[in-house]
Amino acid sequence: MSNALSKIIDGGYAWFNERAPGATAWYNRHVGQYYAPKNFNLWYYFGSLAMVVFANQILTGIWLTMHYKPDALQAFDSVEYIMRDVDWGWLIRYMHSTGASLFFVVVYLHMFRGMMYGSYRKPRELVWVLGCVILLVLMGEAFFGYVLPWGQMSYWGAQVITSLFGAIPFIGEGLLELIRGDYLISDATLNRFFALHVIALPLVLAGLIYLHLMALHEVGSNNPDGIEIKKKKDSNGKPLDGIPFHPYYTVKDLFGTAFFLVIAAFIIFYAPTLGGWFLEHDNFVAADAMVTPDLIKPVWYFTPYYAMLRAIPAMFGSQFPGVAVMGAAVLIFFLLPWLDRSPVRSIRYRSTFAKVMLALFVICFVWLGYCGTRHATPLLTFSAQICTAFYFGFFIFMPWWSRIGATKPEPERVTFDH
Amino acid sequence: MNKLIALVFATLSFVASTPVLAASGGDHGLILQSDANVNDRESLQRGAKYFMNYCLSCHSLKYMRYSRMAEDLGLTEEEVMGSLNFTGTKFGETMTVAMQQADGDKWFGKAAPDLSLTARVKHGGPDWIYSYLKSFYLDPSRPLGWNNLVFPGASMPHVLWELQGTQAAVYESHAAHGPEGTPTGTQVFSHFEPVTAGSLSSKEYDQVARDIAAFLEYVGEPAVLQRKSIGWVVLLFLSLFAFVAWLLKTEYWSDVH
Repeated sequence: MSNALSKIIDGGYAWFNERAPGATAWYNRHVGQYYAPKNFNLWYYFGSLAMVVFANQILTGIWLTMHYKPDALQAFDSVEYIMRDVDWGWLIRYMHSTGASLFFVVVYLHMFRGMMYGSYRKPRELVWVLGCVILLVLMGEAFFGYVLPWGQMSYWGAQVITSLFGAIPFIGEGLLELIRGDYLISDATLNRFFALHVIALPLVLAGLIYLHLMALHEVGSNNPDGIEIKKKKDSNGKPLDGIPFHPYYTVKDLFGTAFFLVIAAFIIFYAPTLGGWFLEHDNFVAADAMVTPDLIKPVWYFTPYYAMLRAIPAMFGSQFPGVAVMGAAVLIFFLLPWLDRSPVRSIRYRSTFAKVMLALFVICFVWLGYCGTRHATPLLTFSAQICTAFYFGFFIFMPWWSRIGATKPEPERVTFDH
Repeated sequence: MNKLIALVFATLSFVASTPVLAASGGDHGLILQSDANVNDRESLQRGAKYFMNYCLSCHSLKYMRYSRMAEDLGLTEEEVMGSLNFTGTKFGETMTVAMQQADGDKWFGKAAPDLSLTARVKHGGPDWIYSYLKSFYLDPSRPLGWNNLVFPGASMPHVLWELQGTQAAVYESHAAHGPEGTPTGTQVFSHFEPVTAGSLSSKEYDQVARDIAAFLEYVGEPAVLQRKSIGWVVLLFLSLFAFVAWLLKTEYWSDVH
């Protein structure tokens, strides 16, 4: 019996290999024989976790699409229909809404890992740049998705964000109409945002994630020590400090995923709105073009950039400077590989000054995020202006400050004590 | 690892308990702790009874089906149709009201809103509803003679006044400042003073408000019962799975030096 079974499997494998001889080579190149540094720490879970969340968003998104109605008159009701009348609809919806927030949690942490260990440094610039494009598309994807439940914050958030494009000189007005498909946020807007959210951007994201990984596998992974494992190879040409991705990192990421799912499940089952942070109070009110909410604010993952937008005063009667600053704040990440001139990659061996700068950058980012959730008071606006200045100063003056201070010597081999 | 787990859950509980800025603002001190318990089936049943008797004549629950309520609250179709459904709608239909919006606008200035999602919209959820129901006071300056401390200028009269009785708001005079340091005048709410007694004691009335708050929390998210009852099974399974995955990882990694 087992003989017959293994014959069928072996036969099938041979049959497949004859017709697709590149498949095994592809598998070995990217999984079976992909040598990753053995000293990955906690921070290296977030890449695979981002993939897990992406898969979750696609799957739950497909099921939500089966019941959701992209129609200004029915959208809000159809979401409540999913929450009440569709079997397990509430679970699918909470998995999707919690997944959206957790997507940004893991992506921000994934980016911070890159900043700590200099993962963007030569030769990994392309990996970083592709990652930045993923962030941009993800922001678009999240924004379009947030509009779909058609609550008050969906509607007025869309009103505010789309009007930003109207502030662009010369083309703004036409662009605004093109985006909205109407003179205001309406049924037409909802329909096109739905199309972009469920088809266009997910396709683009999937393609970018593939390219991000392929670009990574061309140059190999960085590690917490920021040194190249390819410099020390054994007689077979395998990195001495590298281990095959499978099975070592597949089982490690399996554990990471399981641990992450415990946290996600806790939120989904016991705090799905997370006190108004993941699902906002005001978005349980159906969109009403006649009632402007007291405070219009985006979901937490956009608030740092929203705070920057509000911190920049209008100039020459135009909101464009604020819009430009907000856009630049995201785009400036692209330049990071060429701004960092430190002789070492990893934070472990960088100067105290560089560590302080990174810490201040994180504090500014978090504080801006806080400011973005509040009514703008003079004090908050002033602090947001200071944080915005530091945010940009961090990048613009990096070629200078990244060379300041004494660095520690990098080790010959990676630090690994197990 | 234990530290990590503790850190993650400490962060989560901190974030969840940090209130997002209240849209209405300024009424935080007036929101009382309701102790409404959505898992208390009898409280939900009583809340449903009060709601159907006192609220549903004006306020619809347009997303809530009678049949779903019966199933979740452990009631039979006969019980619901016989003693809870006064609107003549069918068992499988939602809890609509007969009042037309135009009429409501005319009679009250603004038609009574649908309350399906009130517990989700209001900061504090059931606590807000509980406080609202306890904060009606006599105010001759209002068209119907009633005002509410939690929701000033509410156009609704105190429908439960026969149960609670009537009360007057007592203000104290002293200097005060608003949240941004602006003087708010010298009249500060001190306490309520009973004017006429209701048919219930104040403790009994609190329970009525608590029951209605719990019922509306349930109506805001009927899945809350199922969610909480199966959540721990999922968490238990995933924890076990994570433990096994950790063992597997340790086993594989034992030959990495």
